[in-house]
Amino acid sequence: MQTTRRQVLVAGSALAVAGGGPAFGQAPQRGGTLTVQLTSEQRVLNPAIQASTGVYVMASKIVEPLVDLDAQGEPVGVLAERWEGSADGLTHTFHLRRGVQWHDGKPFVAKDVQFSAMECWKKILNYGTTLYQFLEAVQTPDEHTAVFRFSKPMPQGLLLRALPDLGHVIPAHVYAGTDIRTNPANTAPIGTGPFVFKQYERGQYLIAERNPNYWRGNGQPYLDRIVWRFISDRAAASAALESGQVQFSPYSGLALSDISRLSKDARYTVSTRGNEGNTAHTVMEMNLRRAELAKVEVRRALCHALDLGFFIENFLYGYAKLGTGPIPSSSAPFYVPRSAPYPFDRAKAERMLDDAGYKRPSRGAMRFAQPLKLLPAPWGEYTVNFATFIQQSLREIGVRVEIEARDAPGFLTGVYRDHNFDLTTGWHQYRNDPAVSTTVWFRTGSPVGAPWTNQYGYDNPAMDRAIDVAATELDPTKRKALYQDFVKLAVDDVPVHCAVEHAFISVYSKRLMGSHNTPRWSSSSWHDAWLAPA
Amino acid sequence: MKRIGGLALRRLAQSVPVLLIILIGLFLLLQLAPGDTVDALLAQMGGGDAAVAARLRQDYGLDVSVPVQLGRYLVRLLSFDLGMSAIYGKPVASVIFERLAVTALFMSCALAFAFSAGLVLGVLAARRVNGWPDTLISTLGLVFYAIPSFWLGLMLIVLFSVKLAWLPPGGFESIGQGLTGLAHVLDVARHLVLPILSLSLIFLAIYLRLMRASMLEVMTLDFVRTARAKGLSEGHVLRRHVLRNALLPMVTFVGLQFSTMLGGSVVVESVFSLPGLGRLAFESVVQRDLNTLLGIVLVSAVLVIVVNFIVDLLYAKLDPRIVAR
Repeated sequence: MQTTRRQVLVAGSALAVAGGGPAFGQAPQRGGTLTVQLTSEQRVLNPAIQASTGVYVMASKIVEPLVDLDAQGEPVGVLAERWEGSADGLTHTFHLRRGVQWHDGKPFVAKDVQFSAMECWKKILNYGTTLYQFLEAVQTPDEHTAVFRFSKPMPQGLLLRALPDLGHVIPAHVYAGTDIRTNPANTAPIGTGPFVFKQYERGQYLIAERNPNYWRGNGQPYLDRIVWRFISDRAAASAALESGQVQFSPYSGLALSDISRLSKDARYTVSTRGNEGNTAHTVMEMNLRRAELAKVEVRRALCHALDLGFFIENFLYGYAKLGTGPIPSSSAPFYVPRSAPYPFDRAKAERMLDDAGYKRPSRGAMRFAQPLKLLPAPWGEYTVNFATFIQQSLREIGVRVEIEARDAPGFLTGVYRDHNFDLTTGWHQYRNDPAVSTTVWFRTGSPVGAPWTNQYGYDNPAMDRAIDVAATELDPTKRKALYQDFVKLAVDDVPVHCAVEHAFISVYSKRLMGSHNTPRWSSSSWHDAWLAPA
Repeated sequence: MKRIGGLALRRLAQSVPVLLIILIGLFLLLQLAPGDTVDALLAQMGGGDAAVAARLRQDYGLDVSVPVQLGRYLVRLLSFDLGMSAIYGKPVASVIFERLAVTALFMSCALAFAFSAGLVLGVLAARRVNGWPDTLISTLGLVFYAIPSFWLGLMLIVLFSVKLAWLPPGGFESIGQGLTGLAHVLDVARHLVLPILSLSLIFLAIYLRLMRASMLEVMTLDFVRTARAKGLSEGHVLRRHVLRNALLPMVTFVGLQFSTMLGGSVVVESVFSLPGLGRLAFESVVQRDLNTLLGIVLVSAVLVIVVNFIVDLLYAKLDPRIVAR
């Protein structure tokens, strides 16, 4: 693992904040309005039917999951107080918190969990439809117990690590008997969380206010109100932060150049801390339908041609590290330290291409008859800049790349449905357990058109076996070992090069206290966040 | 009055084929853009399986062929139904109506400011042609004309919001203050100062130069000499004789530029996060929300037709020799 100069600086300033911030040691203060900037808004605010950070950052303050992750990244109960699993992995029992009320005053009961799991998570929720595919029923022996019955073994660790994202509970009495997708509560959510939905003005803002009856009590939540403002222009967003209109910009919502500038401003904290649970890779995907790329030596050669250290330091301002495989280093339960598999070595890359039969016809000429077509993923600066970087790096080893830029729907169609690409960049979000949304990049069998799956024609039966065995292994230690087989195959075959690992960057006012203290803080409920006086 | 009513009806009838061509053309054009609104939704969600996508396509009516979709749309349009918005999950008409007020207020203010300031500066420049006020005003006009509105907007924000903290950097009103009456009006006005400046300066420059040239031309005409010979004061000549005639090209331009301004407001609304039609149109394209986009185009086309109709009427008012037909 390489540590760059900038990372040391970032880590240092994060420590400085934790140790000597303006309000260190002070008791939390009640009151105040936290204003959050968001780049885009979502069609729904219901995390039980749409799993994405854009929904969580708003809705998870209002609607709560059964389980969240604590400061150490371990599952901790929210609406579930405790749980136990049967030895065969087919039954998981959740004992629910008592005395919790929905915002409309009705009591929270096991029926709500049953309804959310069977009607929303299993049938509608993206990633949930896969995770809960073998969920047969949720039984409710009493009002405060929900028993999940699976037809295939479900590792408890997988379920508990998936639940923070894929386990938000919505009120059955509001949704039952209605069309869940078009229920008005999808944009005016009713939950059990620390903040109560107040007002949503599309294109402008969302307001949620303090829930005085919140079950945690003890004066929580501390904030009076949270306002989310939609500011799509990134330059305008940093101006809003600097003028004091906004106190928090989550999920790398600003331009990287502004993030780097604000990191030197004493009024703000700029850090990836509190986002470790939202780690992603910036990747290069290679279409194996293209004759040259079908050869593994060629794919490896292309990876060796990329000077990723340079890319991280100069394009990403140091807020990233070298990727080592599809499981990121932030995933303590599954990560085994490895070195970056394809260190930069241009001479080696050229030699490998020569050996694979793609010699330069003459000095300075290009190796392939046709240029490689690269579709940059339009997911922001990381993936778009990476495309340019790939183009320039590969030119050095005699491989011409043509870039065809498209917007989101065009990109998804071009890559995942029409397979009309040779190379593409991508943003692979890791969701705390490889079985949630990571192995699907390498397994065969995804229907054509399913976005964020293996659509580049990679087919290795050994890989499919490794993935399937690990997904149903119940013993955590064995499971971790099995996933190392998966990582090794993924790295050796390299249909996808997990080039750069990074967490989202948060930029927030130093007044914002009690924040970024869990690995998925931006997506958590903010019940203990508070604002120090200006 | 009756004549004007008849005229309005005739104009409207004439514009129906134009509107149809615009709508069908846009509909077909958007089919060429790869991906549909379900792809856009999946992009937002960060994933989803194929069965979910198929069901969504069915919900949005995207599972049938393009001619059938177009036919369904036109049939609905006959009953003035613009369909449902995919992004907002409610009728397009109400989505547009919510945004229309913001855009209408914003654009009419910008247009009024550009027009009146351009007029005054143009007259001042023409009166002292080649003098220092003329040089100053013309140079300023050139500078305004050369500055792109998004950059100007950002610079205004940096200066007036970040550095000086005089004006808010964006948004339409202060959030959650519950202001009413005059306080609310002032609050909205404070929020609109910077957007109006950044949208209107480029148009101001155009009007200024147009007004100056037009004034100079009219001032050389015979009837002006006659008016002066009659012994009218210079001010009187300018106001009653020159200005009125010089206004004609300006008014023409307002009609023409109205649609350009609608386009420009897309950028400015994004920079200042104003909840207007321009930003809605941009979002609809990105999210492939066909119904909303067609609705916006329809409303904008009607707006442009109406504005041009008013311009025609104004013509007749300014110059009795011209009769609106």
